[in-house]
Amino acid sequence: MNGLLRVIWKEFLHLRRDRQMIPVLLVGPIVQLLALGYAANMDVTDIPMVLVDQDRTAASRELVERFTGSGYFRLAGSEDTVRSVDPYLVEGRAQVALVISAGYGDAVGAHRAPKVQVIADGTDSNSAILGLGYATRIISDASAGRIREEMERLGREAASRGRSGYSSPGRIEMVPRVWYNPDLKSRWFFVPAILAMTLMLTTLILPSMAVVREKEIGTLEQIIVTPIRPWQLIVGKLFPFGVIGVVNLLAVTSLVVLLFGVPLRGHLGVLLLMTLPFLMTTLGLGLLVSTLVANQQQAMMSSIFLVMVPMIYLSGLIFPIENMPRPIQAVTYAIPLRYYNNVIRGVFLKGSGFSVLWPEMLTLLAFGLAALALASLRFRKRLD
Amino acid sequence: MRKTWAVAVKEMRQVARDPLTLAMLLGVPAFMLLLYGYALNFDVRHVPMAVQDRDNSTASRDLVASFVNSTYFDRVRDLPAGTDMERITERRLAKAILVVPEEFGRDLAAGRTARIQILLDGTDANTANTILGYASALVAEANIGIVSRELARAGHSLEGAVRYEPRVWYNPELRSTNFLVPGLMGFIMMLTAVVSTALSVVREKERGTLEQLRVTSLGPGQMIAGKALPYLGISLLASAIIVVAARFLFSVAVRGSYLDLFLVTLLYLVGALGFGLLVSSFSRSQAMAFQAGALLSMLPAIFLSGFIFPIRAMPEVLQAVTYIFPTRYYLVVLRGVILKGAGLSPYWDQMLFLGIYAAVVLGIAYARLSRYEIRA
Repeated sequence: MNGLLRVIWKEFLHLRRDRQMIPVLLVGPIVQLLALGYAANMDVTDIPMVLVDQDRTAASRELVERFTGSGYFRLAGSEDTVRSVDPYLVEGRAQVALVISAGYGDAVGAHRAPKVQVIADGTDSNSAILGLGYATRIISDASAGRIREEMERLGREAASRGRSGYSSPGRIEMVPRVWYNPDLKSRWFFVPAILAMTLMLTTLILPSMAVVREKEIGTLEQIIVTPIRPWQLIVGKLFPFGVIGVVNLLAVTSLVVLLFGVPLRGHLGVLLLMTLPFLMTTLGLGLLVSTLVANQQQAMMSSIFLVMVPMIYLSGLIFPIENMPRPIQAVTYAIPLRYYNNVIRGVFLKGSGFSVLWPEMLTLLAFGLAALALASLRFRKRLD
Repeated sequence: MRKTWAVAVKEMRQVARDPLTLAMLLGVPAFMLLLYGYALNFDVRHVPMAVQDRDNSTASRDLVASFVNSTYFDRVRDLPAGTDMERITERRLAKAILVVPEEFGRDLAAGRTARIQILLDGTDANTANTILGYASALVAEANIGIVSRELARAGHSLEGAVRYEPRVWYNPELRSTNFLVPGLMGFIMMLTAVVSTALSVVREKERGTLEQLRVTSLGPGQMIAGKALPYLGISLLASAIIVVAARFLFSVAVRGSYLDLFLVTLLYLVGALGFGLLVSSFSRSQAMAFQAGALLSMLPAIFLSGFIFPIRAMPEVLQAVTYIFPTRYYLVVLRGVILKGAGLSPYWDQMLFLGIYAAVVLGIAYARLSRYEIRA
């Protein structure tokens, strides 16, 4: 036990002596948090729109007002021909063009179907989908209003000819209710994800580099000739990073709640307790990476690109798993972060506890034990 | 020039002696591209939807069928009356629940307003918003259907509804791959250029071999250029791999000219390499260089560039911050050249910024390195 404490102490001393590292360890998560918290926002409003109103009647102006008054679109310019829309979209001065061709107002007056064209810059497909969705809603509202007028007119006509009008048709009304995030703020979705990213940075990448650093400098061999046992060395090297991870978790959680107003509906204790098996997994993977590589650059690249990035992308942390093709969805079950992601989202937004999250807990525990066991086996083999 | 070349050859040898790193520098872009191309997209389809049809009339079945037939929704389960709905979403069994109340068909037939409810798991706000858009479009369509049937029965045809034509330019199928591939290039270039260059210089510092180079007759300019050249080559190769793979695997074709693509990439890379050298001038350890490189280049390349998250959706202060990172400008030009088939002339201002960035960063890096690290 004494040997274990000594290794832990030595590792803390290392961290303290590296003056540059401590601010970086603290600043890193905060910068990430700010970037994610403020930048990660897909809620598109104020879409710049260029208008081609070849009609210029009261009717066309009314439609334009429906667009600009919705808060989703902002007028970025006005042109006479569709052709001159091109530079707006190429240079990104507008993302959407609303084209109302001549005769729109006449068509309205003459009860013919008027035509409206919306051109969207599809480069940013997600924004384009949302933008077209808003446009569809605005135009179908306008359309519904016109249909009602049309029906009333036909009804009056029929009545004036002494015939009975027809029964007014029914209407379906959709009442949407959104749970957990009623204002649909994408920030509430993205910000808690920073927990997982920070934990992976401090408990996966940094330990893998720290172990390889001793290999590079040659001090690992010096430790091997001491009476410290391999398990003491492993636990001693990993423990400080685990502590930093937990501290980071607490700091980031309080910022997420206090600064970004994301509700923590579940218990902090549940979050902490379920983070521990995830930490075992990341520490184990970090150690495993360190046994496979020769220098710090390799350690950094492989832990980022072969472990962290696939984990982030295949876990549903940013990209929804349901959108992936089936075979890849199957792969995601082998990603520990998939389960920890459920934990984060469940505890923060849904207020879930163990009664819902126990399968995640067990799975993470299995991953953690397996990763640590595998890493220790390889590590000991290399020490002998 | 010969001396620069000698340093470059030495650096190349060092890279070659570490084949794992080289394989990663070249393989990672391809790997990321596969991930992005096959696994990642925001294109919401087949939303798992639970249905509670308490009415079970022809009208209600028609409505549910229209949801399923749209292919936007998959009917994953039917809920009997009295189910704890919140449990369904909390356990992630469905993302949306469509509830049709008992009197739906009767109300509709009687010409009243028939309410349906859609319950959404709002955890992922973006997906929920898209789902809401699909659902309202489907309901609007159903309403138009009802009215036109009624009119047809009375011998009229439906006219007067606004005919709406959405058109999408540059990416007509609205595939997110088209959007993400150029962004991926910007990110990968940052990684290979900034982080690798910084680590390679700091490694020599750590091992003390930088001091050995000091006693040679190399000037600081030759030394810096020599160290940066191999990484310029590797980064260009990596970007070529992305372009070719995107073309053949995901049919993301370059609509503009390859020369323009090369020129803007070169300009961006020079700035990125300069930034890597700058990072190396103030880092004492590789761990530090990595952290600084990751925080100051990779993170902004992901979050502050418009790669995934639109810059317009950010708060104004943050929008101002994005102007100091080069990826923002690079992506505008890149998407223009690749997707819009534009030349460089509409983007002269973006190019100018990239040029200024490269000049400033290289200048500072050169000053710092020649002062503190290279000259004795």
